[in-house]
Amino acid sequence: MRNEDLLPLQEVTADAPERLREVAEAEYRTIGGRNRSTDGLFKSTGKAAYTDDITFPGMLHAKILRSTEPHARILAIDAAKALELPGVYEVITGQDMRTPYGIIPWTPDEHALAVGKVRFVGDAVACVAAIDEETATAALELIEVEYERLPYYLDPEDALAGPAAEIPIHEPRKPGRNGNVLKRVQLEFGSVDEKMEEADVLVEGEYFFHGTTHAPIEPHCAISRVNQNGLLEVWSATQVPHYLQREIARVLGLDVAQVRVVQPAVGGAFGGKSEPFDLEFCVALLALRTGRPVKILYTREEVFYSHRGRHPMKMTYRVGASMDGRILAVDAKTILDGGAYASFGLVTTYYSGQLLTAPYEIESYRFDSTRVYTNKAPCGPKRGHGSVQPRFAFEISLDKVAEELGLDPIEFRRGVFMGTGRTVNEFRVRSNGFLECLESVERASSWKDKFRKMGYGRGIGVAGSCYISGTNYPIYPNPMPQAAVQVQVERSGRVTVLHGASEIGQGSDSTMAYIACEELGVPLEYVRVFSADTDLVPVDLGAYSSRETVMVGNACVMACRQIGETVRRSVAAEWGVDPSRVRLAGGWAFDSGDPDSAERRMPIAQAFQLAEASHGTLGAVGHYNTPKRSRALPTWGAPRRS
Amino acid sequence: MKEIVTLHINGDEVEVGVPTHFTLLETLRYALGLTGSKQGCDKGDCGACTVLLDGEPHLACIMPVYEAIGHQVTTVEGLAEGRVPHPLQDAFDLCGAAQCGFCTPGILCSAYGLLAENADPSRDEIRRALSGNLCRCTGYTKIFEAVEIAAESLRSGVDPRDIVAERYELAFPSSSMQPAEHTARSSTGAAHA
Repeated sequence: MRNEDLLPLQEVTADAPERLREVAEAEYRTIGGRNRSTDGLFKSTGKAAYTDDITFPGMLHAKILRSTEPHARILAIDAAKALELPGVYEVITGQDMRTPYGIIPWTPDEHALAVGKVRFVGDAVACVAAIDEETATAALELIEVEYERLPYYLDPEDALAGPAAEIPIHEPRKPGRNGNVLKRVQLEFGSVDEKMEEADVLVEGEYFFHGTTHAPIEPHCAISRVNQNGLLEVWSATQVPHYLQREIARVLGLDVAQVRVVQPAVGGAFGGKSEPFDLEFCVALLALRTGRPVKILYTREEVFYSHRGRHPMKMTYRVGASMDGRILAVDAKTILDGGAYASFGLVTTYYSGQLLTAPYEIESYRFDSTRVYTNKAPCGPKRGHGSVQPRFAFEISLDKVAEELGLDPIEFRRGVFMGTGRTVNEFRVRSNGFLECLESVERASSWKDKFRKMGYGRGIGVAGSCYISGTNYPIYPNPMPQAAVQVQVERSGRVTVLHGASEIGQGSDSTMAYIACEELGVPLEYVRVFSADTDLVPVDLGAYSSRETVMVGNACVMACRQIGETVRRSVAAEWGVDPSRVRLAGGWAFDSGDPDSAERRMPIAQAFQLAEASHGTLGAVGHYNTPKRSRALPTWGAPRRS
Repeated sequence: MKEIVTLHINGDEVEVGVPTHFTLLETLRYALGLTGSKQGCDKGDCGACTVLLDGEPHLACIMPVYEAIGHQVTTVEGLAEGRVPHPLQDAFDLCGAAQCGFCTPGILCSAYGLLAENADPSRDEIRRALSGNLCRCTGYTKIFEAVEIAAESLRSGVDPRDIVAERYELAFPSSSMQPAEHTARSSTGAAHA
């Protein structure tokens, strides 16, 4: 086939043959370039469908009645008048869903609707399904709830005080403990007390971070429908479809296989949609009860009630340093204000200590973190989960140390750079670009012209940080893959990637498409991506901890390489060369040993046809699991076949 | 209680029955199926619902539907010409200015209103024109770049793709810069600029 024989789409998308030498010499064809996203034009033309953009015939609308009390026993709920209102189909309360849930399997302390008592202003109490939103809202006014007020705690230190334990927000999991404590973690690495003794400079301080919330522009929304075969379908603005599917099944007493969760386009999440919420259980139960599709769209107020934002933290830090600018010891004590429910709090408590120890060399470290329940909207994970608040306290402490030592803050940080290796708490750091980063910051900010030269009331500061990419463990312990991808390749040149990652605006759909382009040599226009529909794609754990590119990306590489290998072998057999010479890139299969050869060059679709003829239908699955300690990390973006 | 109102939306005259308390946004989204305009806060704070009324940006979530009667309403669905995206829409994709995309329709309408008045806005003028539109993903820089590129494209007639390719000195200003749903050649007439 000659160039003029190209099909219409190939003609405009394939690289010009005279450029293939350049392509062959480049490490990557697509990765690292500036590419269109798979969904950008859908979003900028208003065609992308977010959950609230979806409607079904006969769909009911539901609203949730929320607590007006910060802490109270529910003595009675009377929904009789609401049920009499024309247009009202169903009212449900906590008694209809008594199974507790929680994203962390060890701390299930939430109910879709309050059972027995409410724990913050905004806690869900009852839910009404009606013909439209207006009727549902009117019905909420007719539900009578009788509360018995209990003492409430807005400050975690009040919740820790003796009398609070007598009427705790949650019953203690072990008798004799204060139920207001979700988790306390105390860990020490090295001998902090001894190192503090050696310190020439000792800086102490108390710090308070007040908390923030994600405020995605899209409010949470969920729709549920029961199909003719009894399958319960849920569309939701979530970043964890798999966990949601499991929890809905558990709370409603269904088999996981009876539940399908679809995640439409999501209008921002940032950690604020990374666990199940009351509305998802409510629409599911109401759809089962009424036989009609049911939708709930949060108001902006409800987005703030659902919260799961960054924890307020009270932090006490002591940092000891030597005259020659080494960090000898760090001693941290932190109280986390968790709000009314556990959410990811157990993890947050660990993170508030564990993520502090890079990119600097710290010779000894101790932390004591306690997460406390209060009668406020529950806190949870937000970008940089658990690490941002302690980082603020620590970096200010480092500035104070630098000042005591008479060092420029950037200079001091350069001096304590850890390089690669192990942190004091045993994190492995295999590459570290912090010095280059500092240098760029120093240059781009004109640091030397500005630091302490900006006049009264203005200033410039610097801080370093680190974060983990991907979590080592799945949230519920299991030995199965943490991510998986299925790739199908078809004779037209089309490549279909089915993956579980949740596209929430971070670009995971595009990332998987670019990986498929890179590995299989097709232009982006040939790739279709389907994601986050539990009926279509393999299990993925969701969009959190910056894990999608590492985990789902590697699964995608694994799937694509199997197919790429088959294609290269088929083409190599045709040309009578070694498969290692066949390169798939830029819309072509060509001979990387002789990129100018017109004889040993064919459009990629033709290469797929050869492979399909010799090996049968082309498809493969790939998966990913965090490597165990003893094994080398896998390579992504591996060196090219030479 | 419903009433029938006559509206002019994206060049069409439409009659629609709406509850009397409906806002323009509710009418667009829930009565007409024009779901491109988004509801973010429902109280005039976030700007996701911004549409154009006679070419000027307005917040559809706090505008009673009656106020739109007699005006030309343009939504994000009305910005493209047929299948060809407006340079603003194309530039938003090319610059990564639409991440989650939920604020995008409102921002596009605000930016469209700006460019109609000011063909060559400074970064500060863009910033001011978009100050009523909140975005939580991008940090705004890419949005400002996209508006600048669209403005340049509208002034010069050069395709946004070619402006982006030049501005960022792309190694491969090629196929993947092609709109996904649009396989015609770019304005330069070449797939490989």
